[in-house]
Amino acid sequence: MDFLSDVLTHLGDRASWRGSDGFTHLLGQHVAISLWAVAIACAIALPIGLGLGHVRRGEVFAVNVANIGRALPSFAVLVFALQLLSIGRGPALVALVLLGVPVIITNAYVAMAGVEDDAREAARGMGMTGWQLFRRVELPLAVPLVMAGIRTAAVQIVATATLAALVGYGGLGLLIMRGLRTRDNVEVFAAALAVAVLALVTELVLAVAQRLLTPRGIRRLDLAPLPDPTVI
Amino acid sequence: MVAPAAQALAPLMGAEAWLEWGWVADHRDLILDRLREHVELTVLAVAIGIVLATPLVVLSRRYRRTYPVVLTTTGILYTIPSLALFTLLLPWTGLSRTTALVGLVSYTLLILVRNAVTGLDGVPDDVREAARGMGYSPRRSLLTVELPLALPAIVAGIRLAVVTTVGLVTVASLIGHGGLGHLILDGLNRRFRTPLVVGAVLSVALATFADVALLQVQKRLSPWTRR
Repeated sequence: MDFLSDVLTHLGDRASWRGSDGFTHLLGQHVAISLWAVAIACAIALPIGLGLGHVRRGEVFAVNVANIGRALPSFAVLVFALQLLSIGRGPALVALVLLGVPVIITNAYVAMAGVEDDAREAARGMGMTGWQLFRRVELPLAVPLVMAGIRTAAVQIVATATLAALVGYGGLGLLIMRGLRTRDNVEVFAAALAVAVLALVTELVLAVAQRLLTPRGIRRLDLAPLPDPTVI
Repeated sequence: MVAPAAQALAPLMGAEAWLEWGWVADHRDLILDRLREHVELTVLAVAIGIVLATPLVVLSRRYRRTYPVVLTTTGILYTIPSLALFTLLLPWTGLSRTTALVGLVSYTLLILVRNAVTGLDGVPDDVREAARGMGYSPRRSLLTVELPLALPAIVAGIRLAVVTTVGLVTVASLIGHGGLGHLILDGLNRRFRTPLVVGAVLSVALATFADVALLQVQKRLSPWTRR
């Protein structure tokens, strides 16, 4: 496996990590834009999804928005953002946020709307206000699915951030694009490996966060992904 | 063969038209070719995905403990970003259609397997027992009772896989097999908006069309859910 040892040598070489096109810098860029995108997407989508779910309105919109989001190819969204905004961080961030929002809305809505009427009525009967019902009953029960949505969005955002190099933002995709252009398979492979590991780590970290945030009483034993509410 | 990676990083600025019909008319054959390639890649990927998912579903149902393993493995494949997955295959399969297909197929597996298993699990025990009571063998019960009941969920999975694949094919243009993605990439590289718009619009249209068409199939297959 000469090729793989070349890849390992490349990854072990300090020079590959340093500088503005080194792994450290590009990985930092990749993580930074992904974190921002997830945070902004949550800030936009959670109030909408949780709010609609709480009042149980707008089901058609909330459930279908993820389907619409899925039909938009991330590549095309990114390139269109570039057309409308200037080059670099701006279009990349807008595109990533746009791709993350739909699935978070849908999951948050389905999670809230899925809270049993019995539980809601019991809370009402105990004299809870709407806000207390939301905060102390609905939200805790909704956590697993809400977090599943954020997780799906985050993984998609990390994946699409790889394409951000196409619109002039850096990130690990830069090395893949450059390697493809110069036919440097070693560089491409090393960068692709880094991207794959980053995505898997994102998934794992959020899976653990999902478990920790889930109230003990409704915790499931395994970390397997919850069924996507949009699946059936 | 020309290295398909994007060459341009500069944006398209200025008041360029979004769509020049003249270009569209002149390049109708090219556009139709790309569309056909896009459909071919999608159909092939999902078809191969179904073939590979079937034994995984049977395995997961028969030996329940293997299901988490199947889910984790296909989940990992699903999590790896498409561009990374395509390029991780380059040293072995090069810039071939196989590379694109292997990547696309890996994405469909989680969706297909999970939906099929969820669908089959959703068959009420009463129904299964009734079938057994009527003397059905497990195989006959699976094929003539459980499978029809699970079909809507299975088709929903296929629908999801198709829509996802249509989007991912555009990314495969970076390794030279991307159907409509080539038009988008071409527009990006040449700073010419028309192919970009055509590629993106047709890709969304294709995904929407497939989604609606398969939804009709799904409804046809489950007349009992119709109101």
